[in-house]
Amino acid sequence: MSRIVDLSVVELREAVVAGEASAAEAAKAYLDAIERLDPHLAAFNEVLAERALQQAKEIDRRRQAGEKLGPLAGVPLAVKDNLCTPYGRTTCSSKILANFRAPYLATAVEKLEQAGAVILGKTNLDEFAMGSSTENSGLGPTRNPWDTTRVPGGSSGGSAAAVAGRLCAAALGSDTGGSIRQPAAFCGVVGFKPTYGRVSRYGLVAYGSSLDQIGPIARDVSDCALLTAVIAGHDPRDSTSIPREVGDYPARVDLSVENLRIGLPREFYSDALDAEIKSALGQAAEVYKSLGAKVVEVSLPHSRIDADAQGNLSSYAVACYYIVAMAEASSNLARYDGAHYGHRTAESVSDIIELYSRSRAEGFGEEVKRRIMLGTYALSSGYYDAYYLKALKVRRLIKNDFDAAFQTCDVLLCPTSPTTAFKLGEKTADPLTMYLADIYTISVNLAGLPGLSLPAGLSRTGLPIGMQLIGPVFSEDAILRTARMYEKASGVTRLKPGMVKD
Amino acid sequence: MGKTIDADLVRHIGKLSRIELTEDQVRTFRQQLSSILAYFDKLQELDTALVEPMAHALEIHNVFGEDRAGESLSPDQALANAPQRDGDFFKVPKVIGDSQ
Repeated sequence: MSRIVDLSVVELREAVVAGEASAAEAAKAYLDAIERLDPHLAAFNEVLAERALQQAKEIDRRRQAGEKLGPLAGVPLAVKDNLCTPYGRTTCSSKILANFRAPYLATAVEKLEQAGAVILGKTNLDEFAMGSSTENSGLGPTRNPWDTTRVPGGSSGGSAAAVAGRLCAAALGSDTGGSIRQPAAFCGVVGFKPTYGRVSRYGLVAYGSSLDQIGPIARDVSDCALLTAVIAGHDPRDSTSIPREVGDYPARVDLSVENLRIGLPREFYSDALDAEIKSALGQAAEVYKSLGAKVVEVSLPHSRIDADAQGNLSSYAVACYYIVAMAEASSNLARYDGAHYGHRTAESVSDIIELYSRSRAEGFGEEVKRRIMLGTYALSSGYYDAYYLKALKVRRLIKNDFDAAFQTCDVLLCPTSPTTAFKLGEKTADPLTMYLADIYTISVNLAGLPGLSLPAGLSRTGLPIGMQLIGPVFSEDAILRTARMYEKASGVTRLKPGMVKD
Repeated sequence: MGKTIDADLVRHIGKLSRIELTEDQVRTFRQQLSSILAYFDKLQELDTALVEPMAHALEIHNVFGEDRAGESLSPDQALANAPQRDGDFFKVPKVIGDSQ
């Protein structure tokens, strides 16, 4: 048998059920890996070693007692630190929640535990999930296991780095504008943002409520299918979760999609795209053709990327997304007031407004402040129509483009990110440059669609290249199967960074 | 549109946002907010006169729950993260002042 930490979720669960490996052994193997490698990666905000070992022992006890074991029995997982857990802290990588202990458990995590998963710990993120590199974390940046001078992407950078670095078998992230898919691409793993409303957001700390969605990050497509099936479903505690039956994704993931039509959105293959990524996507399209798929060109005009004479990029979708996300964030983050929970200033204040303003000034990082301020401005009297309402109208245009594209194809194939993982510090000076890292992922959230990123090989310099598959609402089954078709045919799967020794 | 963001406007937005700003931050944010807002102005290129705004990805409205008491947090749970508490109350500084 391979090393425990190299097994997939599906394989490890089988090994535990068959008694070939114990859940306790698996938990220990991962805790050892975390101790060895996490000092270099800083993927975890908190490791719940003792609790994880207890959970694992309970699984082993149940197996010995002949009890029925769940689909994730004994599998050590990690969850992004913006998912509330009544054990450990829930910090959102923000100083304002540095010591926050949530009184309840997020539904998605509850479902993992009910399925027998062992929760190893909470992973790092850009503060309140606002960022594309995990450099905005109030607890320090996470590093990319493929090259520790580079970022893991963000905001679910801790989860993606932990999965790629074999510090957990798989993980949960959240995706508001690409925060699962882009770090998955940067770290060479598979990340899936399901349809808006497919997974309950109960217990996910809110950022942009009309955009946020929880999803899995795993080392292969089959693991992603299994985790999606476990966490999906209606939850009365989230009124935006959809009462619609969850497909048996894991049982069907190996079935090829018949008469598959792959759409290539013309606007996403412009000069803004790195040449190596473009070439990898061209090869992926060839793989699909060789499997009998029809490849057609489609158009998403309102998601197009324009470059001016100086080479500065702009996009309606990026502008639209940031207005909507910032407006929602400014409202959602109003709850951090220093009165009920979270950081309160130690200085003496003369009134309640000063208590709020100073506590928030001390607790929030720069990017969070920028977004709250811009969102507040966009919603303020006199500017609401020009920014927020305008953005909501453009959002409709973006969605209409997708509806039109899906008239002629089943799944879109496009890049996840315009570049491979960039260096730490490379984009921190100018917030706008960082926002453009999301140029291919944000439209999906605006339209509420499911989108998956999977590895499409490595660059010449040895960095993972991600490709993105996008489908109509509730096409989880088709997207996962389409991803699996490529994975099987190309053999590009379970990529392993050099720092992870055998 | 194309409105210049001056220092006073940054201070005003800070006030609306309930975030105290240092003068250094006012300078930095003035520059950053100006360039981001200029970027947002790109949307004005589009004619959206006849477009229905889309606030939400899914067309769901008014999801009603049953009017039934459920479980809620105990006072101890609710107050567990309070910066200061006084019995079953959140304690805050005296709030009577000249706040606007």
